[in-house]
Amino acid sequence: MAKRIDVSGLTAFYGSHKAIEDISMTVEPRSVTAFIGPSGCGKSTFLRTLNRMHEVTPGGRVEGKVLLDDEDLYGPGIDPVAVRRDVGMVFQRPNPFPTMSIFDNVAAGLRLNGSHKKAELGEIVEKSLKGANLWNEVKDRLNKPGSGLSGGQQQRLCIARAIAVEPDVLLMDEPCSALDPISTLAIEDLISELKERFTIVIVTHNMQQAARVSDRTAFFNLAAVGRPGKLVEIDETERIFSNPSVQATEDYISGRFG
Amino acid sequence: MSTAPTPAPTRATVPTPRTLRGARLPKWSPWALAGGSLVLAVLLGLVADMDNPAQLGLIAAVLFVLGTYGVAARVEGRRQAKDRVATSLVWVCFLLAVIPLASLLWETVRQGVKVLDFYFLSHSMGVVADTETGGGIYHAILGTLEQVGLATVVAVPVGVLTAVYLVEYGRGRLAKAVTFFVDVMTGIPSIVAGLFVLSFWILVLDMGYSGFAGSLALAILMMPIVVRSTEEMLKLVPNELREASLALGVPKWRTILKVVLPTSIGGITTGIMLAVARITGETAPVLLLVWGTNFINTNPFADPQASLPLYIYQQYANSAGYGAAYDRAWAAALTLIAIVMILNLVARGIARWKSPR
Repeated sequence: MAKRIDVSGLTAFYGSHKAIEDISMTVEPRSVTAFIGPSGCGKSTFLRTLNRMHEVTPGGRVEGKVLLDDEDLYGPGIDPVAVRRDVGMVFQRPNPFPTMSIFDNVAAGLRLNGSHKKAELGEIVEKSLKGANLWNEVKDRLNKPGSGLSGGQQQRLCIARAIAVEPDVLLMDEPCSALDPISTLAIEDLISELKERFTIVIVTHNMQQAARVSDRTAFFNLAAVGRPGKLVEIDETERIFSNPSVQATEDYISGRFG
Repeated sequence: MSTAPTPAPTRATVPTPRTLRGARLPKWSPWALAGGSLVLAVLLGLVADMDNPAQLGLIAAVLFVLGTYGVAARVEGRRQAKDRVATSLVWVCFLLAVIPLASLLWETVRQGVKVLDFYFLSHSMGVVADTETGGGIYHAILGTLEQVGLATVVAVPVGVLTAVYLVEYGRGRLAKAVTFFVDVMTGIPSIVAGLFVLSFWILVLDMGYSGFAGSLALAILMMPIVVRSTEEMLKLVPNELREASLALGVPKWRTILKVVLPTSIGGITTGIMLAVARITGETAPVLLLVWGTNFINTNPFADPQASLPLYIYQQYANSAGYGAAYDRAWAAALTLIAIVMILNLVARGIARWKSPR
């Protein structure tokens, strides 16, 4: 449970286009690491390289190393499917499976990965929904379709689905950007609880959110228009928001840029 | 008059902008215009000595569209008139499309019910000459169901899997080539598909005429339709669902099988049913490959079989004006339409039951 991620010299491409260049950082276990930066600077691309989702996009490829507790995710013989079981992901827009009920959505990861006994499955679903703070709202309608829930509930359903397979790391790509403030608060509270068990990486455009939920913050930026995105600095969140060591970071978080 | 003057609200002094209010034609005006143009067309017909209803109908349609524009332009203004003309054109086109369909159905039902009964559905033409009354289409229904069923069994897996390849895996040259040849196959005339199977299956491999030979030709016709419609449906599945499944550590093939296909099952079924409907009415390949018979042959893999389209054609062609054969042809046509319709309804039911709610 909760593994450390060690990235060194990571460069990601879309075909011949270089999206991010030479990124190195360490993500501590049982903590929340936030990625901030302007749109198009490669935060999401970098996030997706951490569970090999980047290569799902046609033309996507990666150079460099991503160590998950000493094991290189891009080493020879590594199965991307196995990587994604250990490193789960929650997306920007809630995306429950429309053909499945709430129960089946949460059970999907387990069921699609192999056989599980029915009683055991029920236990895991309940535990995951409780873990995602959704159990009380849906316990009476587990066999209703997941698409009938509100946006915030759907997103918590997706989080429950992701934690049901017991990953080591949970990646969140702007999980609150499609949600209202109340639902956002619910998800942020959830993130604080989940960090006891998982390593969490969250991409966000909301700097207050980064300040509220994260222990460490990484600032990404583009060197120039048309150039690949780069990691400017990563540090304790408090330091980033009070006394960053790079001028560009201070300009970005205080609203002066360009 | 002597009531207390209401205090004039200050806003009333602002003149209402004229553009927000305009004269509107009453709700019944399109109906009145349609009726009027119909009457006018009939009167014109009387004057000019025309009595062809199609001709009069077309004149009425033209009068209706022109009249709508004229009246609406006078009362409501030109922009609204254009809007009304567009609406009336849509209605006229709808009627033009529906009239042949409705008259075809009506005529088939009217002519078909004459001899359509349980006896007709449960007996063959075994000992009945084309000129006699009696006989039935049991052998033809059996043949059609078996041939179409076999063609579906052959074409649907190949077609759906090809579409899955094109949408989920296909990159580069091979995918482009497959797409191109599927497009070419869509345009193959049914007689050419029949000749291909005839020259290969029957002449080269020396197999006999059979229902299965016909199924092969029908499968060739069915495959490109299934591929194209399935492809479109798979493209409609949001990429986010695929990513959500992959991010759970589900292998790609299971993602396709358990997430992508179930999400699009409704559309895929509709596409397959359209393909089935298309091949159920094919006559040419059946004529070449199945040969036709008046006897019941339950085995589609050996010896000639009958089929409904072929039966209709033969009853019409071989009977040289005997009423009994004509009636049987119409009744068989009605049965064919009914079978396609029932299959369609069943498939829609399955699709509704299975598709996302």
